[in-house]
Amino acid sequence: MTDLFANLWLGFSVAAHPYNIGFCLLGALVGTLVGVLPGIGTVATVAMLLPITFGLPPVGALIMLAGIYYGAQYGGSTTSVLVNIPGEATSVVTCLDGHQMARKGRAGAALSIAAIGSFLAGCVATVLVAALGVPLTSIALLFGPAEYFSLMVLGLIFAVVLAKGSVPKAIAMILLGLLLSMIGSDLETGAGRMTFDIPELSDGIGFANVAMGVFGFAEIIRNLEMSQESRDIVQSKITGLMPTRQDLIDSAGPIARGTILGSLLGILPGGGAVVASFAAYTFEKRISKHPELFGTGVIEGVAAPESANNAAAQTSFIPLLTLGIPPNAVMALMVGAMTIHGIVPGPQVMTKQPELFWGMIASMWLGNLMLVIINLPLVGLWVTLLRVPYRLLFPSIIVFCCIGIYSINNSPTDVIIAATFGLVGYWLAKHDFEPAPLVLAFVLGPLMEENLRRAMLIARGDATVFVTRPISAGLMLISLTLLVIAMLPMIRKRRDEVFVE
Amino acid sequence: MIKNLVGALLSAALVVVTAGAAQAQSDYPKRNIVMIVPFAAGGPTDVVARIVSEHMSRTLGQTVLIENVAGAGGTTGATRAMRAANDGYTVIMGHMGTHAAAVALYPNLAYKPDVDFEPVGMAAGTPILILAKKDLPAKDLKEFVAYVKANNEKLNMAHAGVGSVSHTTCLLLSSILQVKPIAVPFQGTGPAMNALVGGQVDYMCDQIVNAVPQIQGGTIKAYAIGTPERSPVLPDVPTTTEAGLPQYQASAWNAVFAPKGTPKEIVQKLADALDKALDDPAVRKRLLDLGSDIPGKDRRGPQALGTLVKNEIAKWTPIIKANM
Repeated sequence: MTDLFANLWLGFSVAAHPYNIGFCLLGALVGTLVGVLPGIGTVATVAMLLPITFGLPPVGALIMLAGIYYGAQYGGSTTSVLVNIPGEATSVVTCLDGHQMARKGRAGAALSIAAIGSFLAGCVATVLVAALGVPLTSIALLFGPAEYFSLMVLGLIFAVVLAKGSVPKAIAMILLGLLLSMIGSDLETGAGRMTFDIPELSDGIGFANVAMGVFGFAEIIRNLEMSQESRDIVQSKITGLMPTRQDLIDSAGPIARGTILGSLLGILPGGGAVVASFAAYTFEKRISKHPELFGTGVIEGVAAPESANNAAAQTSFIPLLTLGIPPNAVMALMVGAMTIHGIVPGPQVMTKQPELFWGMIASMWLGNLMLVIINLPLVGLWVTLLRVPYRLLFPSIIVFCCIGIYSINNSPTDVIIAATFGLVGYWLAKHDFEPAPLVLAFVLGPLMEENLRRAMLIARGDATVFVTRPISAGLMLISLTLLVIAMLPMIRKRRDEVFVE
Repeated sequence: MIKNLVGALLSAALVVVTAGAAQAQSDYPKRNIVMIVPFAAGGPTDVVARIVSEHMSRTLGQTVLIENVAGAGGTTGATRAMRAANDGYTVIMGHMGTHAAAVALYPNLAYKPDVDFEPVGMAAGTPILILAKKDLPAKDLKEFVAYVKANNEKLNMAHAGVGSVSHTTCLLLSSILQVKPIAVPFQGTGPAMNALVGGQVDYMCDQIVNAVPQIQGGTIKAYAIGTPERSPVLPDVPTTTEAGLPQYQASAWNAVFAPKGTPKEIVQKLADALDKALDDPAVRKRLLDLGSDIPGKDRRGPQALGTLVKNEIAKWTPIIKANM
């Protein structure tokens, strides 16, 4: 324990160096910007900024890149709440209640609680990384392909449970999302699937294109359909910027639970953070006294996923720092940054370069503090954006989105794909299909398929592997229970109807 | 009359252009040179490109900018380099995959690595290691070979995706040992290494950069290195020749190419700048720290690279075709 404090002291002495504080602030600012600007993702930004960091001292460079990563988690919720466009895959669920809150004039409360929740989650997760990083790594290693597959199944079940309306429609959306995610090159053979010989499709459709289309563009089309007066009502209703006392009381539990879920799932490579935000939302809806209000703008529906995704963003550093194995694309770029600086990431970083390891951990806490200081005053500014007349606001959103989408791959095709998804999203919304399950399935689909095929390959085609391995079996059991619970009201309702007759 | 005028104008234009080209060669380079890296920033090829390009910029007196054009196993970037103007202002840091294995992997490849490019020179190679999970019973390469042969189809070999270096170099191993393990694909070396550390798969072949921290940390086993000499980063790991499998020679080489038709003088200028970079003690140290294999004088320059590309295409094509 004294070791921990000595290490943290070392970390803070590194992180508090004026240079490093500067880099941390810069990273947090850029991250917030990246999160707020729709379409510009963290992976693209870190990739673009990576070469710039080669001239910087390694600790500063890594602190800055890390700042961009978790800063984007803060910023990503802003567009979700204001204009219903998720900046990152992890803020998709925030759209559900966050944007409804904005429509009720409570955008300020939603944004503030997102920042507060993220900060508290970030603090807890940072301590977790420092204290339990090494033992937690071994848990991550217990996860083989079979376990990941079961985890992804569980993730998709969350999507069913979080659906507001009809369960069959949610399942239909999940299947559509899975189908869309299969576009691209086959993992084992490299053969093109549903690519129609279009080279741009050979690497699949990007998440940003789908999310921007079905959430952002579709929302804009629907808004344009509304009469001017009804939109003005939304704008005129804006009330207090800060959450009320009741809001804080309502959010305390969701923030705590979201933090725990996020910290645990964040350690797992791949979809950990995404599953965490969905899991936190679903969990809150399950234990809520008023589950029917979820999706209509309840503060718990913002607090839980926002805490979860930020906690997950922090703990996803654990595999990178303790093992040197990057759990996602941004972390892979961080490995690149380390190698360029001659630091070989791996189990030895902690002992050979303690100032780097602990400095980064301490900087995460400082970064979170900076982010909450940056973000809370900005809430007022963001909310005033809602007062801008919609005829001026919507073309700017479209232009920003298009620039963002184009800049990811410098590809005009991507913009066309996003536009197509906008029309699809509009049709879906008109027919009461919810886009969130589709997007979740789209994100988890490739991971699910890869791990299914890997697990089957390793088990030589024996499908029982998913229930004979204990962790996998446990996850499957939770999935099944959740599914049954989700179906119960439907079955009960049908029975009630029968009785009435 | 008009015809004549057009003809005269055209020939005049031609004279100007050729004169311009001749001049361009003598005072080359006048502006920044773009070096395309066909992979994402931070990967092994990118790191090599950034280290040598920095020194080359100093020799050439103009900045060599790195442009990452990732996608389709590096062939997107290579295709772009092939189509670039052959004026010496666009070059590419090609790779064993893009300039050799791709020929067999991609039937619709838009370029021929040995025809559509002017070889400039080899930059640095990344040796390939034969790795296994830490509780695999074999103690050394001999035992490993026997173990793999005995268990053959029962074993799981991880790789980082179809056509990746870890895939093709393990196909080479399989073809030497005459075995057919189950190839388990991962998305990139990171997840594949994770599975090896976690013991989910039995063995893999991978570039030294990715494996050093795990070997030093004792989380995986390294049986041999596929280069003629041991690596200073891993002095305890024997070469395949020492360990009794001399047929297995594998290194993910990175080399600079220019588009076809780039003037000889320019190619030579670039080759000289690369040569100087590879002789610089600071550059050498950075490359060696990463475990890279720096080519000796005889393996440098356009001619050596031209021969290497032809040999490598001939080496990989049958192995890949037989196993896909």
